[in-house]
Amino acid sequence: MCFPMFKSLLELCGQYFILMRKVFSRPDRMPVFWKQLLVETEKLGMSSIAIVAIISIFIGAVIALQSSFNLESPFIPKMYVGYMTRETMVLEFSSTMVALILAGKIGSNIASEIGSMRITEQIDAMEIMGVNSANYLILPKIIASTVFNPFLMLLSFIVGLFGGWLIVSLTGIITLSQYFDGLQLDFKPHYITYSMAKMAAFSFVITSVASFFGYHAYGGSLDVGRSSTRAIVACCVIILIVNLILTQLLL
Amino acid sequence: MIRINHINKSFANTVVLHDISAEFEPGKTNLTIGASGSGKTVLLKTLVGLHEADSGEIWYDDTLFNRLPFDQKKNMRKRIGMLFQGAALFDFATVEENVMFPLTMFTDQSYAEKRERVDFCLKRVNLINAEKRYPAELSGGMQKRVGIARAIALNPSYLFCDEPNSGLDPNTAILIDNLIHEITQEYHITTIVNTHDMNSVMEIGDKVMFIHQGHKWWEGSSNDILRSDNQELNDFVFASSMTKQFRALSNK
Ligand SMILES: Nc1ncnc2c1ncn2[C@@H]1O[C@H](COP(=O)(O)OP(=O)(O)OP(=O)(O)O)[C@@H](O)[C@H]1O
Ligand SMILES: [Mg+2]
Repeated sequence: MCFPMFKSLLELCGQYFILMRKVFSRPDRMPVFWKQLLVETEKLGMSSIAIVAIISIFIGAVIALQSSFNLESPFIPKMYVGYMTRETMVLEFSSTMVALILAGKIGSNIASEIGSMRITEQIDAMEIMGVNSANYLILPKIIASTVFNPFLMLLSFIVGLFGGWLIVSLTGIITLSQYFDGLQLDFKPHYITYSMAKMAAFSFVITSVASFFGYHAYGGSLDVGRSSTRAIVACCVIILIVNLILTQLLL
Repeated sequence: MIRINHINKSFANTVVLHDISAEFEPGKTNLTIGASGSGKTVLLKTLVGLHEADSGEIWYDDTLFNRLPFDQKKNMRKRIGMLFQGAALFDFATVEENVMFPLTMFTDQSYAEKRERVDFCLKRVNLINAEKRYPAELSGGMQKRVGIARAIALNPSYLFCDEPNSGLDPNTAILIDNLIHEITQEYHITTIVNTHDMNSVMEIGDKVMFIHQGHKWWEGSSNDILRSDNQELNDFVFASSMTKQFRALSNK
């Protein structure tokens, strides 16, 4: 029973790598590519700044609140609230969780955009002209978000700490200097690099996998919807797996 | 000139094209007619390589097109213009950008030069004052015309049109037919047009091929078509009662 499923999964992987080979070739026109890159950076990266910032500020605040409730014991110094906020943000939230959110936002955007181009034959029209459609449409998206999104991680981290600071100063659960001491406690700068690298990997997964599902959509608009749902699910699962592997490898 | 030898094409278990051979001459409007679902679009897409033929040969002049490696096929495609059944305009781009797209991708022209060519093509299809609009803001007939303008932007040697006038009013349909016919003669293009409109057949069909359930059923000139005694062709051509009466009258 498992065998056909395994076989189709293998086929899917094969198709994915064939598509990636088409994507990673020299663009037909470099100036056009640079222009597309700017457009995609704006569309996929910049436009996510607001949502990432909003979510991060709340999560940072919640983590600070929760950890202070859970650190009732008088033997644990209060500054651990800051420490825990920082560690949670940098290790998991700002990379993995933000990536999962982005998978929903830009993953569905990419899959439905490319999918509808596929079913309305716009991709065929490009191919007929002799344009490498995969390269033209997908490469700028992959590069734009793989390069830009690590900065979203950085943003999320900083804004998250700010959220913690905000809630600490609003509620007074601990003093601000305790919070700042916690933030600086045993700080490992390479966690940030690690987290940004993770974010780059996740962004590659999101854009390439979503593009793959869009590029191979067929049928009508219902199918485009379906393939964008499948794209998000696939992105999320792969992100979680890649997260596991990278955590094992890099830490 | 395009020549195809023994083309077969099937999807999964259904055979769509059965052993089709034909020749399409340059400077002439070659029509492919046939009922809906007979395989016209599949044939056209196989010709341009969007579908891979299961067997057979597709010659573009002296080049065996369907055996070309990817890079050379890509180069060949710069000489192909195609109008899709649904126009297939890029909806991220304005009319002007659509027509300019092949110029930007394949020529080193300056913006002014490209602009001039775009204007020329759009005028050629009788479309003025629509450059800045997006495809979604155009009527079906206007989209088709932009599609043709885009297809001829690079001065193609081969032009493929899939139902250029389906869904258009009779006047616009004739306008588009004539346009295709004119540019074919003017630039000596090898043009293949899919249609099921008998009007177009009589107006512009230099050479007509009738496809029936994936077989090449009949071939000839548009004049022969009315005199043919091929049963399936007659059923197709004289489908409406008006044309039947017409035939009865002319036979008297
Ligand atoms: N991608 C595909 N996969 C499977 N079957 C297909 C595919 N494309 C076309 N077919 C089948 O091939 C047959 C011919 O289709 P085609 O689109 O060529 O018809 P057509 O002659 O262009 O019709 P119309 O005049 O309505 O456009 C149909 O039975 C269709 O179901
Ligand atoms: Mg068709």
